[in-house]
Amino acid sequence: MKITPEQVDYVARLGRLALDDDEKRKYQGQLDDILKYMDVLAEVDTDHVEPMAGPVELYTPLREDLVKPSLPAEEALANAPARTGTTFRVPKVIE
Amino acid sequence: MPELYEMTATDLAEMLREKKVSSVEITRSVIDRMDAVEPKINSYVNPAPEQALEMAENADQRLASGDDDPLTGIPIAVKDNMCIRGRKTTCGSRILANFVPPYDATVVSRLRDAGMVILGSANMDEFAMGSSNESSCWGPTRNPWDLERIPGGSSGGPAAAVASGAAVVSLGSDTGGSIRLPASFCGVLGMKPTYGAVSRYGLVAFASSLDQIGPFARDTSDLALLLNVICGHDPMDSTSMPREYPDFTGFLDKPLEGMTLGLPEEFFNRLDNPEVEQVISEARSVLEKLGVKFVELSLPHLDYGIAAYYIIAPSEASSNLARYDGVKYGHRADQFEDMIDMYCRTRSEGFGDEVKRRIMLGTYALSSGYYDAYYLKAAKIRNLMTMEFRDAFEKCDAIYCPTAPTPAFKIGEKVDDPIQMYLTDVFTIPVNMAGLPGFTIPGGFSQEGLPIGLQFIAPHFEEGRLIQLAAAFQRETDHHLKRPPL
Repeated sequence: MKITPEQVDYVARLGRLALDDDEKRKYQGQLDDILKYMDVLAEVDTDHVEPMAGPVELYTPLREDLVKPSLPAEEALANAPARTGTTFRVPKVIE
Repeated sequence: MPELYEMTATDLAEMLREKKVSSVEITRSVIDRMDAVEPKINSYVNPAPEQALEMAENADQRLASGDDDPLTGIPIAVKDNMCIRGRKTTCGSRILANFVPPYDATVVSRLRDAGMVILGSANMDEFAMGSSNESSCWGPTRNPWDLERIPGGSSGGPAAAVASGAAVVSLGSDTGGSIRLPASFCGVLGMKPTYGAVSRYGLVAFASSLDQIGPFARDTSDLALLLNVICGHDPMDSTSMPREYPDFTGFLDKPLEGMTLGLPEEFFNRLDNPEVEQVISEARSVLEKLGVKFVELSLPHLDYGIAAYYIIAPSEASSNLARYDGVKYGHRADQFEDMIDMYCRTRSEGFGDEVKRRIMLGTYALSSGYYDAYYLKAAKIRNLMTMEFRDAFEKCDAIYCPTAPTPAFKIGEKVDDPIQMYLTDVFTIPVNMAGLPGFTIPGGFSQEGLPIGLQFIAPHFEEGRLIQLAAAFQRETDHHLKRPPL
């Protein structure tokens, strides 16, 4: 086993997922199988190879600094699960 | 005389200009067809027949006043991951089940500008993660050729809609084969254009360095016309390429004489389905008669495509999907203790099984201590694959290969075996890794009558060459004219 139950808990916490015990067991086994399959990557000699982040040449597109209308607050808030006035409402973060 | 819903966009466009038919009549015919076949197929998650008829009325006015484009008045389905202002766009997920975008995706604006009639949002694997369309929270789409089988994913809805006559053309998205695979399984044409050719603004992000929007159609001319509508630079997408695109219909009548197609041995060595092999070899004979020469190629890093992709795509997804936190839009859990607990419960309730699996995989691959061994390694192999393709195109004009290792499989067959499901994408993934255009067209049928697709792969921004190949092949064959027995 590459993946331990502790690692499943750790990764789920990083990914902000609350998994139940069945899910934890299932993902532990499946991630283990998948990562075993990924072992083939080690066969490839990648010394002196640059990593590739995307298929297009990276460039910084520049545009004129023009003021344009932005999304009206009402529309931006229309999908909010909870709101107060013109703000998104969330549970208290700072004690 | 065939029914209107059975006809190609090209023929319908001609009839509209000859005033033999109106867009409202075409749209009604397609909506009637939707009513008849949708209970069996489930290719739409949010059909919008009334809005479609309004759009058709507007299209008829534009046609009457001469303010029209070639596809004005033609009904189209749009995959449920492209934002349509004021209409639900759910990405096949519970977490976005009530999301109503306040803006149009750039492709949707382009369809509106062209006067096309949007029929509604089409079914898909949740967040486009899947090869079978079974991970949609709205239930699976069924293959129009055999209702016990999957249509392929993740753009199963748009493909099945075009195959069954519930849309004339459609738009899907392709991150690792999500247009080409369902095109192959449903017996229609599907193209993934070059990365950067079609704006991703307003496309719900899965893996941003791989995602690309593309068209489905029932013949090459229709596909070329739709490609003309969607390709183009967009300042709202910084990966959209500032360049001019040709009129793709200009490639429809070009002969193939003198063209060379490459056969990657790493793909052909993996083929072990006799029916797929037979279709590929028969289609090759047709192309040879048209003057095409074939050359064998070796691209050794193709063998690592699946492993590298299933590191890179979930890594990007785990980062992209961090935005679903129950704060600004989407589902929020009812019960929670604090902010972090709200995130965790919201995401666990909102995401389905495959999405959680990929978040776990991607989070692991990016986590401290594993980044170099997984993500960085995969990104380097991606570079090697891309360089191999570049070298291959020194020896050939395009690559010829299958789209999928088998015809469509049964619903439920691979749902509990992620690796088997991932292996379905073996011939499509490398195209996304290198950002190349890839085109699937109907190549023939299995003994059971299931469609089998051919795939052509071209160098960057050579979509025209793919159109040229497909159009010439379809002048000699009738596989694309067969319709499912519904």
